Amino acid sequence: MLKKLKSFFKEYVWNFGPRQNFKLGLYGPPNSGKTTLANKICIDWLGEEMGTSSPIPHETREVNIKEKISIKAKDGRELLFNLVDTPGIATKIDYEDFMKTGMSAGKAKKRAREATKGVIESIKWLDEVDTVLVVLDATQDPYSQVNVTIIGNLAARNIPVLIVANKVDLRKSSLKRIQSAFPQYEVIGISAKYGKNIEGFYNKLFELAGR
Amino acid sequence: MVTLHFLPYTEIENLSGVGRIRKLLSLAKQNKIVLLQGRLRKEEEAELIKTTMEEINKEFKGIELAVINPSQTSTDGLQKLKYDVMGLLFGDTQGLTIIGPSTIVKNIKKDPTKIELLTQEAKKKRK
Repeated sequence: MLKKLKSFFKEYVWNFGPRQNFKLGLYGPPNSGKTTLANKICIDWLGEEMGTSSPIPHETREVNIKEKISIKAKDGRELLFNLVDTPGIATKIDYEDFMKTGMSAGKAKKRAREATKGVIESIKWLDEVDTVLVVLDATQDPYSQVNVTIIGNLAARNIPVLIVANKVDLRKSSLKRIQSAFPQYEVIGISAKYGKNIEGFYNKLFELAGR
Repeated sequence: MVTLHFLPYTEIENLSGVGRIRKLLSLAKQNKIVLLQGRLRKEEEAELIKTTMEEINKEFKGIELAVINPSQTSTDGLQKLKYDVMGLLFGDTQGLTIIGPSTIVKNIKKDPTKIELLTQEAKKKRK
């Protein structure tokens, strides 16, 4: 009887709460920490990582999807979504930049080729995601056109957005700079690597899903 | 030597989205820095990045891109309203778009009310 009541409650009442089973996209420029955040979410709620992260840009060169991630709030609310980690969007890719990191010419050229395809995939996926976390490196200039273009395209598609200012553990980071660059959006500062303010981030995720 | 190519909005006004992107990329691939009067639509900006990626090869490594939109840079509410109304009347002719090949343009910094363009060759700042 209790089980039946619970399932009835879930099916008919819970549906008025945050959206469920939606595609949550992670977008941003290369090296902003999208995969680090995806890994943090997956480790916290699934106990396993999603992909590999690296200090060399364009480590993620394919769209990765982790299905059925269920997160729970302290008050018992649940959120079920598919996480879509996208390659960083850039306007230029030069294999010689990869060679500066010690990579061989062959590997650098392959990485550059794959990275260009990754950017194309990311842009195509703008039509597929339901809600987006725009992950920005809080130590970098937020006014870059890539950031503006990503956010502008999401706004044009009426996709709810939360800006995640990552790497706030670093001295050079500035949450205020990102907030002043995008005053019409909610911005949350976190360190995906060290889990700083991650509880606050999950709370914002519930709010975002409710929009 | 750096070539600046001014492109009035009238030259792209009647082109399709693909046509506009082709025109801009074709100029950038000729190693010209394009100063476009006005701006592209948001979807066209994303399409420009996508097409740029498709065209990257040995010689062409991509672009640097910056857009100044007076409506977004206005801090004063009344001023913003004025530019929004002008935007409704004149469409995308407001603002300025800069597109240059990344082999020549090292970086474009937006302040956001001014644009600083740093070139690879001379490494001098221009405004």
